[in-house]
Amino acid sequence: METSKTPLHTTALHAFHVAHGARMVPFAGWDMPVQYADGIKGEHLATRDSAGLFDVSHMAQVWLSGPGAEAMLESLTPTDVGAIGEGRVRYSLFLNEAGGVLDDLMIARLDGVLQLVVNAGRADHDIAHLRAHLTDGVEMEVKSDRALLALQGPQSPAVLERLGVDLAGFHFMQIGHFTIDGVDCIITRSGYTGEDGFEISMPAAEAERLAALLFADAAVSLVGLGARDTLRLEAGLPLWGHELDETINPVAAGLRFALSKRRREAADFPGAEPILTDFTNGAPRQLVGLLPQGGRPVRDGAELALDGTIVGHVTSGGFGPSLDAPAALGFVDAVLSTPGTELMALTRGRETPVVTAALPLVPHRYVRG
Amino acid sequence: MLRYTTDHEWINLEGDTGKVGISPHAIEQLGDIVFVELPEAGTSVARGDSVAVFESVKAASDIYSPAGGEITEVNTALLDDLTAITPERAHDCWLFKIRVESAGDLDELMDESAYNAMIG
Repeated sequence: METSKTPLHTTALHAFHVAHGARMVPFAGWDMPVQYADGIKGEHLATRDSAGLFDVSHMAQVWLSGPGAEAMLESLTPTDVGAIGEGRVRYSLFLNEAGGVLDDLMIARLDGVLQLVVNAGRADHDIAHLRAHLTDGVEMEVKSDRALLALQGPQSPAVLERLGVDLAGFHFMQIGHFTIDGVDCIITRSGYTGEDGFEISMPAAEAERLAALLFADAAVSLVGLGARDTLRLEAGLPLWGHELDETINPVAAGLRFALSKRRREAADFPGAEPILTDFTNGAPRQLVGLLPQGGRPVRDGAELALDGTIVGHVTSGGFGPSLDAPAALGFVDAVLSTPGTELMALTRGRETPVVTAALPLVPHRYVRG
Repeated sequence: MLRYTTDHEWINLEGDTGKVGISPHAIEQLGDIVFVELPEAGTSVARGDSVAVFESVKAASDIYSPAGGEITEVNTALLDDLTAITPERAHDCWLFKIRVESAGDLDELMDESAYNAMIG
């Protein structure tokens, strides 16, 4: 039961979710669908097999423009923002001086504007962080008048093509303008499921109509936050507050790729010293996949032990519908991060054997250019 | 005699032995059930003891005994197909039978209409 006195935010699709049988739950200050009638397993598998439609409007869309916007973002992230070409998207991190992660985000460049998407639960923090570092001539707009839908899964390109969207030459981590039923949408070929797919930004006033149009395609299922979490878990994608936080170094979280070469060489980003030390030597603990044995899931917070010594902990745990087995993520001492290491997860006085596994647990199926 | 707890267990008492399960509402709220741990026959439990665990995709839920007594039989057939545990079959999906020591334990539980009023 929601005990907070602050009313929950609602997205432009709130009535749409309720009308389609969603179970609504509070999430990061928003009233969001955790699942529809099909349930988490069904929605997860529908996404991997065909296409899933997710409302991700709770994430904040923030646009930065003007001279100095690149330099400002580079002062907060390890990303070579200057190297993000027009029409391109990069995964990035807001870092602190200790080398921890304040949030993860997407940065895209479209029409010369740097378009950011940040986590709902960190939006207030991130907007304040950006505002505190605004430099002269940089304009920041929080696009709360825009909705964001994710269409994920192998059939998602065909769904958009049936609506007249020409995807020729449009690949993973690109962004562009596309018209859907007369509405100018900003689409990125990206997502957080490990599948090919798209995130579609549109005026909030058009969201309900376009969501209904997308859902009218027989290939599309509605998918809630529950399956969004199981999909990203199998895909080994970190979630802030679990695999990432202010104390977790991006190298430990398996995010070496997010540290641009030019920025590493210049060592000019927040937390560069501790992060680059781990980049060179390896982090003391490393994020791994965990496959619980015997059918019982292990959950966030469970400790991981080897011969009675604590060697790590679980950061996300549940069930992987595509694996048809329990699945988890966690940090373990680097020497134990080799796939196939047998550990014991300690849950409420119970021991569950787990085996470490390489990430992703389910292969990514991005469509690269 | 069918009674419900505030934690959504049911007990159906015939003579001194009751079948115990969880309510249709509880099954619906759990969502996809992915693992169930049942107690062992022969175990003595007190009213309110955690006696079973239901794991859904998202969370683990403890099941508490509605009464004290000895667990006499466990429905291990339930574990063969967890997808068969549905709200419609809630009263067929008994978890265990318990020989109730004190029928007075059931006095504090709700009958079906009181339970339905509680869950709204």
